[in-house]
Amino acid sequence: MQILVNGEPVATDACTLAELCATLGFTQAKVATAVNGCFVASARRGLTPLAPKDEVEIVAPRQGG
Amino acid sequence: MFEIYGERFTSRLLLGTAQYPSPATLKEAVEASSAEIVTVSLRRESARMRAGQGFWELIEQLGVRVLPNTAGCHTAKEAVATAEMARELFDTPWVKLEVIANDDTLQPELFGLVEAASILVAQGFQVLPYTTEDLSAAERLASAGCRVLMPWASPIGSARGLINRDGLKTLRAYFPDTTLIIDAGIGAPSQAAEAMELGYDAVLLNTAVAKAGDPVKMAEAFARAIEAGRLGFEAGLIEPRDMASPSTPVAGTPFFKLDRVS
Repeated sequence: MQILVNGEPVATDACTLAELCATLGFTQAKVATAVNGCFVASARRGLTPLAPKDEVEIVAPRQGG
Repeated sequence: MFEIYGERFTSRLLLGTAQYPSPATLKEAVEASSAEIVTVSLRRESARMRAGQGFWELIEQLGVRVLPNTAGCHTAKEAVATAEMARELFDTPWVKLEVIANDDTLQPELFGLVEAASILVAQGFQVLPYTTEDLSAAERLASAGCRVLMPWASPIGSARGLINRDGLKTLRAYFPDTTLIIDAGIGAPSQAAEAMELGYDAVLLNTAVAKAGDPVKMAEAFARAIEAGRLGFEAGLIEPRDMASPSTPVAGTPFFKLDRVS
């Protein structure tokens, strides 16, 4: 299925957000996630199913003012 | 010492971590500033570049508290979701809440700000809202549970200093017991000192240090100016007056003649 990850189209077979994070190599990374504009806690990524056209955000610490 | 949600801090300078010429300069500038709190953000992480992971290692080395912001959010919904991600990522209830109204002025969108603050306080966040000197917005934010207010001095990155000094003075007078931190628009150490002389509790700045010719030296300059401004406030400034007032005693002036006194 096609989803958006950080604004970019991605084809994935991942059924859950946790699987998607694993396929992108983020399992151990310091990241936070949201799906369709709503925060998804790391503990709930495995319980969060993905559907076509979902918009996933995966963010990390960055410089800020 | 001043307080942020019950925690006490010695340094009254909060420093941003963006726009430095190198990570090493950022580290040196934070050390030179004596800041105990630095602001950070969160951004989309590329699976290939992983820029955030390296940045986080650097911040951990600094041993300072982090204050995550919601920079770039234009609605309460975006700001709330960003704050929730930040809380998990940085393991802190603090959030520098920014809801931006306009990309040219980067001014706070006060209605969305109050809405987001109310939601986040109810979720247990300790909200530090980036606001203006507007009293009604400040009242609403305080009623929503914000125990810290962070009015701008002037638009972010503009280096124009305190463009509404009277407004900021009034805000300080109306909120004597609320922690007030000047956030944004400070370009020179003298401007930071001026804010401190008004009785503000602290100053948050980024661009003025990061983009200075020598960011490390400028960080130290701001630290000293903020300390001087605070001392000046505590010492009690004299009131300005329109006419001159001689500092040297008039009595006993040689050649003094009464007819010169008008």
